[in-house]
Amino acid sequence: MEHYLDLFLRSVFIENLALAYFLGMCTFLGVSKSVKTALGLGAAVIAVMVVTIPLNNLILQYLLKPGALTWISTSMADVDLEYLSLISFIGTIAASVQILEMTLDKYAPALYNTLGIFLPLITVNCAILGGSLFMQQRDYNFAESCVYGLGAGFGWALAICCLAGIREKLKYSDIPMGLRGLGATFMIAGLMALAFQSFGGM
Amino acid sequence: MAEPTAKGVLLKPVFDKNPIALLVLGICSALAVTNKLQTALVMAVAVTVVTGASGAAVSAIRHFIPSSIRIIVQMTIIASLVIVVDQVLQAFLPDVSKQLSVFVGLIITNCIVMGRAEGFAMKNPPDLSFWDGIGNGLGYSLILVIVAVFRELFGAGTLLGYTIFPNAIDGGWYVVNGLMVLPPSAFFIIAGIIWALRTWKPEQVEPEG
Repeated sequence: MEHYLDLFLRSVFIENLALAYFLGMCTFLGVSKSVKTALGLGAAVIAVMVVTIPLNNLILQYLLKPGALTWISTSMADVDLEYLSLISFIGTIAASVQILEMTLDKYAPALYNTLGIFLPLITVNCAILGGSLFMQQRDYNFAESCVYGLGAGFGWALAICCLAGIREKLKYSDIPMGLRGLGATFMIAGLMALAFQSFGGM
Repeated sequence: MAEPTAKGVLLKPVFDKNPIALLVLGICSALAVTNKLQTALVMAVAVTVVTGASGAAVSAIRHFIPSSIRIIVQMTIIASLVIVVDQVLQAFLPDVSKQLSVFVGLIITNCIVMGRAEGFAMKNPPDLSFWDGIGNGLGYSLILVIVAVFRELFGAGTLLGYTIFPNAIDGGWYVVNGLMVLPPSAFFIIAGIIWALRTWKPEQVEPEG
């Protein structure tokens, strides 16, 4: 149990996908103008991560890894399909986003309307694919990848909400012309990343 | 807008419509791989190749793609190209490939590639799309290389592994700037580049929103 709690906290704070690995930056900087949209996007990212990372873990373990196909027949023990992992991961992600979108549309229309355009955008959010690739690189088992998916999604959502909060306050400040908008956002994100690095010592 | 020409689409993205500085595309990898010039150069070449090739490929079959599944088709083309790049890197540059770790795979979701496939290649013939892809790749590379030069030079006193500033620890005069080695420094450098670019070309300043 302690191991999973540790993994969760590490993926939220120390290995925060947005602020330690800079994944999902395009949406992170682009869609952080107000806290409300940031919350919606954060929720969508958590939902997609929780689904796709364990799913990709199963695909990796039972279809792609060297020797993973032994459950079909022992003669396939030395088949190595790991080079197909990129294309299968992105396929899984695109498909789950699509399914999630249709399910939400049918059973939770209120939530679906809040998330709106963010759901399809998530397919091309590198944080999602990055999560799956880190899962592959670190050899997580199924339970670990469930926890990691939740933690990584939560960490990303936390980061974008913080950034959006700061940017809302920043509207009232006097920033040099060339630095307005994007430039200032970069600086804030940099300072936030520095702050998050202090978690690394824990 | 005037008819796009090969030279125009190649050069415009470098300064006027830089994908990183103006359009906020493809930032993720720009920040993470720039602590050494070597990795940044490899990454820049990889991205340029993928953007150019995927632009040409998507554009060549653009009349046959049904618009409802175009995203998935584009993704598949891009993912196949990235797998090729990834395998080539693993075979010929295993060290660099290890340092880049997941970021080669993440070229798939690099918004520059996707954005150009969707925004340009779907509407223009293959040769133009190819040059547009290369141009955007170069714009991306330019920022990547500038950031990497700053970070490696001031963070370690070296460029491509060769000593430029002798370190104080080894008896030289340069005291390394520890901030530059940390990932957040990339944010500050890019912010600086944006600031400089927008002072030079004021029309890129965002309107009050």
